[in-house]
Amino acid sequence: MRKLEGKVAVVTGASRGIGRAIAFKLADEGAKVVVNYSGSQAKAEEVVAMIQENGGEAIAVQASVSKTEEVTALMDATVKTFGSLDILVNNAGITRDNLIMRMKEDEWDDVLDTNLKGVFLCTKAVTRQMMKQRAGRIINISSIVGVAGNAGQANYVAAKAGVIGLTKTTAKELASRNILVNAIAPGFIETEMTEQLPEDIKQGMLTQIPLAKLGQPEDIAKAVAFLASDDANYMTGQTLHIDGGMVM
Amino acid sequence: MSTVLERVTKVIVDRLGVEESEVTLEASFRDDLGADSLDVVELVMELEDEFDMEISDEDAEKISTVGSAISYIEGKLN
Repeated sequence: MRKLEGKVAVVTGASRGIGRAIAFKLADEGAKVVVNYSGSQAKAEEVVAMIQENGGEAIAVQASVSKTEEVTALMDATVKTFGSLDILVNNAGITRDNLIMRMKEDEWDDVLDTNLKGVFLCTKAVTRQMMKQRAGRIINISSIVGVAGNAGQANYVAAKAGVIGLTKTTAKELASRNILVNAIAPGFIETEMTEQLPEDIKQGMLTQIPLAKLGQPEDIAKAVAFLASDDANYMTGQTLHIDGGMVM
Repeated sequence: MSTVLERVTKVIVDRLGVEESEVTLEASFRDDLGADSLDVVELVMELEDEFDMEISDEDAEKISTVGSAISYIEGKLN
């Protein structure tokens, strides 16, 4: 028996990296998946095609998570196409790394808009549907640097730490309606986002990871599937560190 | 066709699990009918569905008693 048979999931930023792996995993567990993307249409459609080839159901929907009207349209399209909205995975995120002394205001604003405000807007947009259903799961992808801090990423870290606070508050506000909200804080996962890092930085990171290797997007996707399933019925407001033991 | 009062009363009775006799025009959702803030948000959502209308967040904040809900809805319907 698959864990998410018949459920409907929206995954933001699902054309690449961790989001893409989450979309595949949820579809694998029987969910109908809305593959949201901001710019990479071709890659999003590739994800949809791969899900369909495996016998799953998926559609690609363009929307910037930082724009209210686009987010509303994304959630409306989901309910219109699949009839419900059971799982929201707030995964979309960007980086604009710089030292605080060099960081420009627009680098700060861009990252906060997508990585934190985007989570708020998507959450707000699904609550009505989930409240009516008296059921729902919201899974926010934070980051281990949101817990531990990281030089050169003030904007990203502030946003990801904000996501953890938002997760706890959303969990408290919506628990009475059986909407469970948790976060995942991935460590260093092999994606395009971490690929750009210089080799010596990567080597330095490995020395801080007890399991002495980078994580794979699938490691995060499996945890998302767990949090979205009935196996996690008594869990809300928590942040799972999936980081090879980096931050304990 | 039921009156606005009857339809609003039914929504409130169903949602908040109160007796019909408690649903007077003066009754405050929060103080008299035991609703918490989330209940009031849900109540407004159900009134939107029942009367097929949109109630803006600003207007929703002004709806605090049964009477204020009814006069708001009647004003919008006319």
